[in-house]
Amino acid sequence: MSAVTRVDPAVPAGSTRALSARRPLGDRSFQILTLAAGLLVLVILVLIAITTSQQATSWFSAEGLKIFTNNWNPGANQFGGLAFIYGTAITAAIALIMAVPVSIGVALLLTEVVPPRWARPIVYVVDLLAVVPSVVWGLWGILVFAPWLQHIYTSIASGVGGVPVLGPLFGQPVDGASFFTAGIILAFMITPIVTSLSREVIATVPAIDKEGAYALGATRWEMITGAVWPHSQGGVVGAVLLGLGRAMGETIAVALVIGSSPEITSHLFAPGYNMPAVIANQFGESSGVFRAGLMGLGVLLFVFTIIINVVARGVVQRNARRKRGA
Amino acid sequence: MEYPEQEVVTTSLPKPAALQQSGAPAPDVAGATVFDTRNVSIYYGSFRAVTDVSLTIYENDITAFIGPSGCGKTTVLRTLNRMNDLVEGARVEGDVEYRGAALYAPGVSPTAVRRRIGMVFQKPNPFPKSIYDNVAYGPRINGEHKKGRLDEIVERSLRQAALWDEVKNRLNKSGLGLSGGQAQRLCIARTLAVQPDVVLMDEPCSALDPIATGKIEDLMREIKSEYTIVIVTHNMQQATRVSDRTAFYSVLRDEQNDTRTGVLVEYGTTQQIFEDPADPRTQAYVTGRVG
Amino acid sequence: MAAVTAEPQKGELREPAGWRRTKNRIATALMVLSFVVVIIPLGFVLYTVIAKGASVVGWSFWTSGTIPSIVAPLGEGGIGAAIVGTVEIVALASVIAVPLGVLGAVYINEYGGNRILARIVRFMADVMTGVPSIVMGLFIFSIWVVHFGTNGFSGLAGAFALACLMLPIVIRSSEEMLKLVPNSLREGSYALGATKARVTMTVVLPAAIGGIVSGALLAVARAAGETAPLLFTILGAQSLNWNVFHGANTALPFLIFSNASQPYVGAEARGWGAALTLIAICFILMIVARLVTARFARYAR
Repeated sequence: MSAVTRVDPAVPAGSTRALSARRPLGDRSFQILTLAAGLLVLVILVLIAITTSQQATSWFSAEGLKIFTNNWNPGANQFGGLAFIYGTAITAAIALIMAVPVSIGVALLLTEVVPPRWARPIVYVVDLLAVVPSVVWGLWGILVFAPWLQHIYTSIASGVGGVPVLGPLFGQPVDGASFFTAGIILAFMITPIVTSLSREVIATVPAIDKEGAYALGATRWEMITGAVWPHSQGGVVGAVLLGLGRAMGETIAVALVIGSSPEITSHLFAPGYNMPAVIANQFGESSGVFRAGLMGLGVLLFVFTIIINVVARGVVQRNARRKRGA
Repeated sequence: MEYPEQEVVTTSLPKPAALQQSGAPAPDVAGATVFDTRNVSIYYGSFRAVTDVSLTIYENDITAFIGPSGCGKTTVLRTLNRMNDLVEGARVEGDVEYRGAALYAPGVSPTAVRRRIGMVFQKPNPFPKSIYDNVAYGPRINGEHKKGRLDEIVERSLRQAALWDEVKNRLNKSGLGLSGGQAQRLCIARTLAVQPDVVLMDEPCSALDPIATGKIEDLMREIKSEYTIVIVTHNMQQATRVSDRTAFYSVLRDEQNDTRTGVLVEYGTTQQIFEDPADPRTQAYVTGRVG
Repeated sequence: MAAVTAEPQKGELREPAGWRRTKNRIATALMVLSFVVVIIPLGFVLYTVIAKGASVVGWSFWTSGTIPSIVAPLGEGGIGAAIVGTVEIVALASVIAVPLGVLGAVYINEYGGNRILARIVRFMADVMTGVPSIVMGLFIFSIWVVHFGTNGFSGLAGAFALACLMLPIVIRSSEEMLKLVPNSLREGSYALGATKARVTMTVVLPAAIGGIVSGALLAVARAAGETAPLLFTILGAQSLNWNVFHGANTALPFLIFSNASQPYVGAEARGWGAALTLIAICFILMIVARLVTARFARYAR
């Protein structure tokens, strides 16, 4: 054991000199730096709103409320954008109708059915779906998928010709590049996010409730409807809303397969257009009010997705909080 | 802050003559005052966790804080090195003095305080770094970067913690790979590497088996001549084995608000606390009737 | 079969009869079917891309610095310019977004605590992950490109747009990793007299680094595959541009998009080749991210 060899730790009575030190400059600067980085998020969001709106003002002033009419004709200087809003809504709806049941099904499969050893590979596969870039979906969509679908559409259309509800939906005109095709591809693309979020939500259901249901002799499906669903429905709604936001904003795949035809029609197999697609396709050749119009559609898209995302995250958070008993 | 090149040998006051002559600790004669707390109450927000603690910790003593769960002994311990500052809403009222200087005066830097007053925690918490880097961490953040000096410091600290022989050939292996007892000794070595004045220990052996516990108690007796140690412990036998003085805390229950507040019941030499306690609560606790 | 009495017999352990059991089985079947439904398009896409792209790619395809015109037949030129463009633009975007994202996560988790500002930042970072990538492109166009006239288009502008896309993703994934670092490590560091910045830089970040890197790689993979932000910022180029800060540029997704709507066989084939290259890059990034996660988990134990 070495002898006592160390600096005198004694501080003269009454003095705090050695104990006090100004907070090191590095420590304070670091804190400011992290704060700045965090605020950057807010700053960017605000700047997006401001700068894009600025670029779109000539459209707003030229058209006023007519931006919500179905009257898009660049040649004649008319820029009513209803067709694109309609297209965004329709394709998103189609995507959700197809993707939500599948995503919830896979989420339930992962959390309730498969043994943990199998969960990993299944999750990998779902993640692979997410890694495929949008443009590759689009390329495959327009060159391979759409032509194939066109045959199917044609058969269906000839079958439902005069039928009351199905006719207007699935009858002629028919094109491989259409609302429906865009909807299907969007469904492929939003499935990973809805699945993973639903899975997170479902996994937080307390095991006690699940075991309680089983202890009463419930089958697995009955346990799911009785114990899992009531706990997680809020969160799943949130996950669905996030999928909706994603479906509305997805650009490139849609731009390639939607048919590029600004029409409002009930015929889902007909070519159409939506907001991000027209912006992507026509921005390059646009100028003046035309360009402002496209920018304005971008502003609308931004506003819609922000609102949906705020609601979605709010719903998910509230569901989590309620479950915690707060 | 430069890590000292020159080491100065000194203590602030000579030991009292009585101790120098007999060699055995004369129970009532104390060394220099290291900590002096007067009427200290600790709050978390509006909740008073500990009330009215007044005691004095003496140099080179091993002082034990004992008492039932929730009596605030850890809270008081953490007040001594300003670790409670890390809890939002924590507040200290009363005077806490370290070697005559007010610890909570405005302008006092908590990091400077903690370099002098080290702490070992209940659950060993080695960093996910190598054993060497764990021990060298403290000196490095104090500005010591010379490999030679660091090697010396690491070896000395690991020897003091009675760990050197077991790890000297694997200093670059992860600190996470050690057993519980070894990891705790690593944490002690890490604390000693910055050569603090005081070592606070918060139930350091509660997560360890009896053999590891014994090693650490031996360690405490070894280093006591160079450090002042305050240890919180649940284990009364441990208190009698290692400590010179013991503070017994208990709980005041407020039935109306359904709160429990810690309070210092009695403080004296270990011999006196355990053999001849003045307060009936102390007697009940140390004889095992309560707590 | 024994006579069935009015009450269920003790020890009756058969599965619930009839409709309940059937319903359960249908439900399970549907869930499995959902997964199958997921695999089919994935398999279809991958198969097509590989089948059509494999014959197109090759060393000269990847390294040729000039992108042939749309009408050129297969065999002329290649996508080298686009590969370089993707690499340099995405790298620049990562250099911007990853440090800022990690610092933002440090703010939220280490400094912000329960304060209202930190909660707002975390919430809005989540919301920002849902902003369409095309909006990011329009944003950088409005705030940067327009101010420089035709000189505004550059790899840098594209990198800004991609960085805006990556930032919230990196923030959220890094924050999750920082949350996983046990508080006992922080306390141990504080107790040795470290300042908060020191604690963060020397103990917390090193402990979380594996997860942070993995999350960043996934963000990079996402950025590499994005087209829309580039449409308004890099203008597109036919030849290699090593200068990412100046002059029009091109990138793999951009090239694929341009080629996809063209009726020419050569363009289409080049599109498939570029698609295969792009998917390969994204997959490799994803696999490396998983490896980093696995290795990190092992080390932390």
